[in-house]
Amino acid sequence: MRLLEVRNLVKKYGNHLAVDNLSFQIEKGKIYGFLGPNGAGKSTTMNIITGYIASTEGEVIIDGHNILEEPEKAKKCIGYLPEQPPLYFDMTVLEYLKFAAELKKIPKEKRDSMMEEVMELVKIQDVKGRLIKNLSKGYRQRVGLAQAILGYPELIILDEPTVGLDPKQIIEIRDLIKGLKEKHTVILSSHILSEVSAVCDYVLILSHGKLVAGDTPENLSKLAYGEKTLSLEIKGEREKILSAVGSLETVEKTEEVPSETESVVSLKLTSSEDQDIREEVFYKMAEIKCPILRMDMTRLSLEDIFLELTEDKEPEVQEKKRKFFMNRKEKKENKEEENNAGDL
Amino acid sequence: MPAIYKKELKGYLTSMLGYLFIFFILLLAGIYFTAYNLVSAYPKFEAVLSAVTFVFLVAVPILTMKIMAEERKQKTDQMLLTAPVSVGSIVWGKYLALITVYLISVLILSFYPLIMSKYGDISYATAYTGILGFYLLGCAYLAIGVFLSSVTESQVIAAVLTFVVLFLFYVMDGISSFFSQKAFVSFLAFSVLLIAAAFIIYGMIKNGFLAVTIGLIGEVVLLCIYFVKSSIFEGAIQSFLSIFDINSHYSNFSNGILDITGIIYFVSIILICIFLTIQSVVKRRWN
Repeated sequence: MRLLEVRNLVKKYGNHLAVDNLSFQIEKGKIYGFLGPNGAGKSTTMNIITGYIASTEGEVIIDGHNILEEPEKAKKCIGYLPEQPPLYFDMTVLEYLKFAAELKKIPKEKRDSMMEEVMELVKIQDVKGRLIKNLSKGYRQRVGLAQAILGYPELIILDEPTVGLDPKQIIEIRDLIKGLKEKHTVILSSHILSEVSAVCDYVLILSHGKLVAGDTPENLSKLAYGEKTLSLEIKGEREKILSAVGSLETVEKTEEVPSETESVVSLKLTSSEDQDIREEVFYKMAEIKCPILRMDMTRLSLEDIFLELTEDKEPEVQEKKRKFFMNRKEKKENKEEENNAGDL
Repeated sequence: MPAIYKKELKGYLTSMLGYLFIFFILLLAGIYFTAYNLVSAYPKFEAVLSAVTFVFLVAVPILTMKIMAEERKQKTDQMLLTAPVSVGSIVWGKYLALITVYLISVLILSFYPLIMSKYGDISYATAYTGILGFYLLGCAYLAIGVFLSSVTESQVIAAVLTFVVLFLFYVMDGISSFFSQKAFVSFLAFSVLLIAAAFIIYGMIKNGFLAVTIGLIGEVVLLCIYFVKSSIFEGAIQSFLSIFDINSHYSNFSNGILDITGIIYFVSIILICIFLTIQSVVKRRWN
């Protein structure tokens, strides 16, 4: 079921275009990741979705409620942890959560038990009587998180939830976010790739306020299939091997890598087509009786895709790249449909 | 609204701020009370109150400077504005907490006539009318402070701005006496005000054409009125400035008169300022 729909969102700050015609949909029960370099428009988009700032154009619909037309109903579905946790430093943790609960209009009889549960969840039980200004950054972040989870809203939006935490805390918070998936839909933003690929079910890559790619982390890597390279170590005479490889039509580019042993030739083959060239290479080498010592295929990692997509290039090049990825995705989907039809 | 009201009230009463405000009002009122009523044995408590209205110039900025500005700076407004409550109830919650703190000091002041009654006959009616007027006057000043705090992100700027504006209102009577009653003077003053307004409009919407058009049309209209019927302008600037002369609306109360127009005036000031505050918070979302 569709929980959030963002249509043609545009946000201008003076002449600067922070969000450029952004559209996407969020479905229930998944963890979504906004990925993008600094200034890509992640926080701005989140602030618009939660109704903190208004968009220049476009609309945001949460669970059927437009954020501008029915703000209170729409905001009731959202728990938000902004980049800087919105904490009142001169309150204790308990006072703060009580205020948050009242602000979210949680019924009085449920309030106490819910606060206990949430404090248990983010592990802040032992600091509940302390003033927030005396807490460490990690604990402050958790208090902010507790505030967002309080009231169990359907959609929880977290803006860079692990920034400034130590590695152990990062892992804890990630596990916590994964745990939220059972009951909630989560959107989180990050510029850390490993985090997104570890936690999220679906990645939306933003660059310069535009959506450049959106898919599961695995599919995103698969999408870049065309760029796959094959690295090989073959024993035999150099000329013989090179001419044999050259005769293969599917190989687009051959690159020789300096080899450690003299009798072994190291090669990197690139093919742009979707087909697998491993078998072909194997038979060819068998034909000329040159044993393959090592062969492995390297796919583009999420990191490569990210860099590729968000790199600052000429706008046309950028646009071409974007189209390339989108087309590939469509093609793939069509193929899948065909396959499914075949199964039936 | 109750959540914000409770939080704000608690904030004032667990920090120095609220007590400082109450202390300041009680201190000045106490000095004047001693001098007028106790030492000179003057039977009118309302005279004390009308003498200490200048206390608001300092006390109001103390209380209001951080009310909106601080939330913006600490980014806690993100929590309030993304919570399922309307901007109106946020602002009203904050304002009601403010006037509750102020009410504490006024309640303490309302014991003073009782103390005086021990030593002679006093008129409770005029004394408590004076106290009511004093309370309303303070509430109006606080509303102005809330609005000015919402325009800026810095507490210091908010405090200075509030002081300057309240001071101008305080001496408005004197300012309006600078101008002569002649029609030409009023015409000139309004022309200058119109040009200033055109500049402000330009600053807000950055549309030079519209600002110039509004300014020119306004000037032409003023000029026409001046030549057709210049008597309209006689004393016009004075009556215009008297709109901002908050203290003179209080003078009836301090003479012991329950002035309905005064009550309506104060309530209007409060409503307008709160409305403007809400608009200024909402407007920021669009920037």
